[in-house]
Amino acid sequence: MSWLVISAMFIGAYGFKALGVFGLAGDASTGLARRLAPLTALIPAALFAALIVVQTVGADRALSIDARLAGLVAAVVAVSRRAPFVVVVGAAMAVTAVVRALAG
Amino acid sequence: MTFGLLADAAGLSIVKIGVMSALVFTGASQFAAVGTVVGGGSGPAAFGSAMLLAARNTLYGPVVGRALPESIGGRLIASHFVIDETTAMSSVQSGDEDATDAFWFTGIWLWTFWVAGSMAGAAIGSVVADPRTLGLDAAFPASFVALIAPHLRTSPARFTALCGAGLAVIAIPLTPAGVPLLVAALAVVPGAEFARRRSFDRDSGRRES
Repeated sequence: MSWLVISAMFIGAYGFKALGVFGLAGDASTGLARRLAPLTALIPAALFAALIVVQTVGADRALSIDARLAGLVAAVVAVSRRAPFVVVVGAAMAVTAVVRALAG
Repeated sequence: MTFGLLADAAGLSIVKIGVMSALVFTGASQFAAVGTVVGGGSGPAAFGSAMLLAARNTLYGPVVGRALPESIGGRLIASHFVIDETTAMSSVQSGDEDATDAFWFTGIWLWTFWVAGSMAGAAIGSVVADPRTLGLDAAFPASFVALIAPHLRTSPARFTALCGAGLAVIAIPLTPAGVPLLVAALAVVPGAEFARRRSFDRDSGRRES
């Protein structure tokens, strides 16, 4: 990832934050934000779900079922048991590594 | 810390990781951008997925408004700290002064730990030999499982997540890396429609009873 992309992300991310602090005072922009709110509220659900799919079964323009799927199952179990973030990630890594070692 | 490990696996230097965490300071966007790059996506694709997630911070501005300083300069600085956690922490305070304290306390501590943790993670990641034998590639989807959980409390959100996952599966073989994420973002349209119909049904049900 280049410095250009990082700079653009900084400007974009700060821009969105500042827009909310400064720009959403007027009635027109508040109305627009209110109309868009049902859509923006759902973005994390859509995007994170897609990221999970892409990084579990995605492989260079193809779908691939491999050890990562076992790790994902471990992560889902850990999250459903309200495990802390580090434990969720650690469990997924450990299960994937073991399955990969056994299969390879 | 996890972000630093993952960003290191994506090939970012420790300096880039630290600067990114300090300046961008929106965890979800940073995870998404780095995840896109690890999946082989281009810089613009990474930027696109990061910005889609960053857009929600705009909605927090009016929520934290009472906690922010009056002066323009103060508000410019405060803007940097308008994120999920600071909004949540300051919005649960009853008094305006408590809201201000909660906003700055949460913001500054989170920022410090976020930057330090990212760089520590990057340092650990750089001494680890082969990320794949350790299952590091599974760390990405696992972290997203943890991040999505609080966003799945309503049925429209769960419906949206299913649509997004389905769109991603369809788009993966058809489009270049990174693009499936942007395609999946379209899932918010059926998701919002689902939410609208549900609230409509509930309203009409209330009227009948």
